[in-house]
Amino acid sequence: MKIHEYQAKELFRTYRIPIPAGGVAFSVEEAQKVAAGLGGWPVVVKAQIHAGGRGKGGGVKLARSAEDVKTAAGQILGMTLVTHQTGPEGRLVRKVLVEQGLNIQKELYLSIIPDRATAMVVIMASEAGGMDIEEVAARSPEKIIKVFINPLLGLQGYHIRQLAFGLHLSPAAAKSFTSMVRNLCRLFLEYDCSLVEINPLVLTAEEAIIALDAKVNFDDNALFRHKDILELRDLHEENPLEVEASKFNLNYISLDGNVGNMVNGAGLAMATMDLIKLAGAEPANFLDVGGGASAEMVENGFRIIMSDKKVRGILINIFGGILRCDTLAKGVVEAARKTGIKVPVVVRMEGTNVEQGRRILAESGFNLITAADLKDAAKKVAEIVK
Amino acid sequence: MSIFVNKDTRVVVQGITGKEGQFHTRQCVAYGTRVVAGVTPGKAGQDMDGIPVFNTVAEAVQETRADCSLIFVPPPFAADAILEAAEAGIRVIVAITEGIPVLDMMKVKTYLEGKPVRLIGPNCPGIITPGETKIGIMPAAIHTPGGPIGVVSRSGTLTYEVVHQLTRQGIGQTTCIGIGGDPVNGTHFLDCLSAFEKDPATSGVVMVGEIGGNAEEAAAEFIQTRMTKPVIGFIAGLTAPPGRRMGHAGAIISGGSGTAQAKITAMKAAGIHVCENLGSFGELCKKVFK
Repeated sequence: MKIHEYQAKELFRTYRIPIPAGGVAFSVEEAQKVAAGLGGWPVVVKAQIHAGGRGKGGGVKLARSAEDVKTAAGQILGMTLVTHQTGPEGRLVRKVLVEQGLNIQKELYLSIIPDRATAMVVIMASEAGGMDIEEVAARSPEKIIKVFINPLLGLQGYHIRQLAFGLHLSPAAAKSFTSMVRNLCRLFLEYDCSLVEINPLVLTAEEAIIALDAKVNFDDNALFRHKDILELRDLHEENPLEVEASKFNLNYISLDGNVGNMVNGAGLAMATMDLIKLAGAEPANFLDVGGGASAEMVENGFRIIMSDKKVRGILINIFGGILRCDTLAKGVVEAARKTGIKVPVVVRMEGTNVEQGRRILAESGFNLITAADLKDAAKKVAEIVK
Repeated sequence: MSIFVNKDTRVVVQGITGKEGQFHTRQCVAYGTRVVAGVTPGKAGQDMDGIPVFNTVAEAVQETRADCSLIFVPPPFAADAILEAAEAGIRVIVAITEGIPVLDMMKVKTYLEGKPVRLIGPNCPGIITPGETKIGIMPAAIHTPGGPIGVVSRSGTLTYEVVHQLTRQGIGQTTCIGIGGDPVNGTHFLDCLSAFEKDPATSGVVMVGEIGGNAEEAAAEFIQTRMTKPVIGFIAGLTAPPGRRMGHAGAIISGGSGTAQAKITAMKAAGIHVCENLGSFGELCKKVFK
C-alpha cells in the first residue's frame, strides 16, 4: 500500500526523523495560511499524488512571496499531473504540501527495502542523490553504498558507520545521520514497510540532515497488524475498478486492451494474457481470482470485467485446484443471471470437478463458448474481438 | 525414484481441523499419502477421520515419527508454525499459506539457514511424487506416475497446466514441486535442479518461472555449468505491464534483471529450451524429451 508524502512525513515526525517545517493544504487559501505560518521565504509547494517524477512534470514550485504561493498552489491544485510513473492519463492533484525552503549544501540518496535474493533488509545510500539516481546506479554502481541487515540481529553500529563514512559526512553531520538512520530502520521494521525512500536526503549548509522527500510503501500482507496505516489509504489515487475488486479480495489490474479475462492464480493469469497477445489481441485487464475463490468472488470478478466498457470479449481460464470448477461455474452463471451477458464469453476449464462445472454451464441456458484447450481458447476470443 | 518426498514420507498436517486443512488432508489420504498426525492447538485427543490430533508438533513427532509437515495455518501465525515444525525435528516443511508478511519470512529463512530442514513454499501448491505421495493442494488426476520428467515451478495453477500437458502427451513425472511465488521462499530453483540432476529416475526437467526477482537467471547459470539433463523453461508475464511502481530502490537493487525478456534471454543463452507459447508446451516437451 502506498501513502502520500505528507503522510509519510507525519510518520517521520513521530519517529524523530528530521523533516522541513510544513503542512498539507487542500485549497489555495489553506496553502497561503500554511506558508505564512512557516516564518520565512522561500517555501516549496509540492503536488501530493502517489507517483514520482513530480518535479519534472511541473508539480513542484518554489515560492518567494505570498503572491507566489497563491499562483503556484492555484496552478498545481486541480491540475492533471503527468509523470513517467502515472501513465499518459496522469493524476488529478487534490492537495499540496507547503514546506520551508532549505539551504542545501548537498543532495544525498537513502532507501531501505527487503532484498528477496538475500532475504535481508538492505539500506542503500549515495552521495549522488537527486532526480537521476537510477541512471547513477546503472552507470556507476560503485556510487551506491549497500549494507545488508540480518533480520534477526537488526541494525548494527558498523552498518551506519559504513554508510556515514561512505557518504563522506563531517563528524557533525554523521552524528545526526546516525540517529536518523536508526529511527528510519526502526520505522521500516515496526511498520512492515516494503519501501522507505528519501530522495533527496539533504545536507544543509548548517550541517543538518533533513528528509526533503519521503516515500513509504507497506507490505499488504502485514496490514492486518497495522490498522492505523489502513486509515491513510487514499482511494482517489486508485483505479475505481481496482478499488471495487479489492473489496472482494480480487487481484485486478486495469489495462488498455479489449479482451477481458478471469483466471485463477497469478502465474496462469499472466500466461493467459501472454497467449491473448500471441493470438493477436490485447488483454483489458489482469484478474486473478486466487486459489480459494468462492462462487461469490467469481461472480463479482465477472461483474467487474463486464462493467469495463472497453471489453468486447471475455476469456475465462480456470485450472481447478482449490477453486473447483463447479464453484467457478456457479459464480459465472449467477453473475450472468444478475447482470446479463453483453459480450461473447469463452470458457476454458480443467482440473478438479471439471465435469460438474461443464454440466452447470451447459445447463444454464446461457450462450457460453467452450474451448478445448488454451490455444483454442485464445484463438476463439481473439477472433471475436477482431 | 523421486526427490525430497516418497511413499515412506510421514506427514503431520498443521491446521488439520480448519476448513482447508480438512479438505486437502482427505484428498492427500485418498491419494495414498501417509498422513500420520494433525496439529491444532487446544484440540489434542480429538481425531480427524481417525488421524490423531495433537497440541504441538513436538508431541506429534514424538508419538507418530512424522518427518514432514504440511502447513495450512493462517498468515498471521504461519511463521510461528514453520519455526515450530523446524524445532520439532521435521525434515521437510511444506507451507501452503498465502499472504505471510515478508519480514516474517526473512526471519524464518535466516533462522533456518544451515539447519537440516527443507522449507518448500510458502504460497505454493506443495510437492507430489506421482503414484507415491501428494503433500499439497494440487489436483491429483492430472499427474502420471513413473517419470521420467521432474517439474519445478514458482506458480500454482500454471504448474497444473504444464503437468496436464505433459500427461496429455503421455509423459510421466518423477516429482513436481511448486516452490511458491513469494519474494522470500525456502526452496529455490537451484535446490530442485541439483536434486533432479542427481536423481537417476529423472531424465529431464521442466522449469516454470515468472517475472520479478532473479531466480531464473541464477538457475540458467547453474543449468549451463552443472547440468547434463535437458531443461525446458517457460516464463509467464512477457506482456505484463511494468509495475506501476513508486520510487527507485526496486530498480536499483534488481539492476535490470527481473523482466520476462531478460529471463528468456538468459535461459536461451544457457541452452535451455524456452517455450514461448504455453498452448504448445506439451508438443515441445514431446520433441525435446523423446
